Amino acid sequence: MTRVTFPYRGTRRQSNVVAPETSSTGVRLGLRGLDKRFGATHVLDAIDLAITPGQFVAIVGRSGCGKSTLLRLVAGLETATDGEIRVDDQPAARHAADTRLMFQDARLLPWKRVVDNVGIGLRGRWQDRAREVLHDVGLADKADAWPAQLSGGQQQRVALARALIHRPRLLLLDEPLGALDALTRLEMQSLIEALWQHHGFTVLLVTHDVPEAVQLADRVVVLEQGGVGLDLAVDLPRPREAATPAVSAVEGRVLDRVLGRSDVPTSTTASATRSRTASAR
Amino acid sequence: MSRHAARYLDRALPWLVPVVVLIAWQAVVELGWVSSRTMPAPTAVGAAAWELARSGQLFDSLAVSTRRAALGFLFGGSAGLALGLIVGLSYWGERLLDSTIQMVRNIPHLAMIPLVILWFGIDETAKVFLVAIGTAFPIYLNTFHGIRNIDRNLMEMARSYGLSGTALFREVILPGAMPSILVGVRYSLGLMWLTLIVAETIAASDGIGYLAMNARQFLQTDVVVVTILLYALLGKLADEAARFLERRWLSWHPAYRKSEVMA
Repeated sequence: MTRVTFPYRGTRRQSNVVAPETSSTGVRLGLRGLDKRFGATHVLDAIDLAITPGQFVAIVGRSGCGKSTLLRLVAGLETATDGEIRVDDQPAARHAADTRLMFQDARLLPWKRVVDNVGIGLRGRWQDRAREVLHDVGLADKADAWPAQLSGGQQQRVALARALIHRPRLLLLDEPLGALDALTRLEMQSLIEALWQHHGFTVLLVTHDVPEAVQLADRVVVLEQGGVGLDLAVDLPRPREAATPAVSAVEGRVLDRVLGRSDVPTSTTASATRSRTASAR
Repeated sequence: MSRHAARYLDRALPWLVPVVVLIAWQAVVELGWVSSRTMPAPTAVGAAAWELARSGQLFDSLAVSTRRAALGFLFGGSAGLALGLIVGLSYWGERLLDSTIQMVRNIPHLAMIPLVILWFGIDETAKVFLVAIGTAFPIYLNTFHGIRNIDRNLMEMARSYGLSGTALFREVILPGAMPSILVGVRYSLGLMWLTLIVAETIAASDGIGYLAMNARQFLQTDVVVVTILLYALLGKLADEAARFLERRWLSWHPAYRKSEVMA
């Protein structure tokens, strides 16, 4: 197992910056009255959500709560029954090139070497840039391997590199770590956090793993019965240590809501919880 | 030293049974237990092959038969591939063509020999046509099957990364269907020789099949055995060619990769 590298902790490389600096900042995402029905099933019921540029938002909920559907709508893989998705106050379709989705499975083309998978859909001279992003996700030495030769975690890192090479301004993560083992998962979480802090893109992470959501997100949204059950700002300093009282308290509140154990007010901030636990000590 | 010996033994082991069979065969004929007219000894077969090679008859027949097989496979294989792609890629192609092709496919192509002789006589066209029909369907079926079984998730991913049209075909659909297409090619190459053997045996004035039938009339059992061995050799060569393509085009596939250490 290779150590996760944090390429951006130190000096930032400026060599191959092609896109203007503004494109690396995140988009503003607005969902207005978003509705999705599959036949008689009402999956999403008039969702309203405003996400500020660069915010890391985690969407949690039980399986079948519509969280993946929400993400696929934002990605343009499904069309909404009603309502609209605005990216930087424009229709989302206009920002398709700024939006990248990471799937639950890596979905690498097995007949392309790792570096060619990263460059899929690109034209011109992208090879150097592809090796660079592979370096950023700690896989510089695997550039010429076949996907089948990589572990599950490595494959997901290639998928992450494939998304990053497009310099996305909105990164959509559909339970990308769900199939990984616990240790690889922790590594990937740190990697995603480091890359997000460096690039400043807006992130929408769908997960059923509440600790993961609290570890990474500025804001945790609980979906239940097609609507927003809880919208909680997580105002804790980073990097967040797992199992500290403040983190555990937030996790508890989210879990209570997901499992329907108590009636938490739907919109709140977790900093109050933090001061409460701090004074309790 | 002993490891060396073990490796040689390991390499030689698959050849042990054929060698024993050859020796036994020679012995049985030498001892007069089996008439050399029924089954000539390996040495007699070797001598017949040498004689045919020296007179040039062997290579002439080989060239004629190989040309027929190659032409038939070229036409049949191209047609099968093209139809498989059309039916696999387009909804209307499938609605319009698939059931027709499936009906035609169920006709045993060798049953058409009398009709083909009526149409084309016994010249080259008849044999090339039969081989083409025999080789088209396995490639058609496997191309169609290969395209339909491409991972929907990969297609969705490729589309979300902006691939469409010819780029999607070149980078995702064709390589995704390739393992299946090559299975069809391998199967077709087998049918190619089978069809040609039958066609040449029934109606031909040259080629390996003609050589065999001619030798039968003069009771030259050794020549007949030489032709059978020739067909076996050609079949093996065709199979090796298909395997070469598999290794070359499917090197990404774990099942076709030769002894590469998994990372």
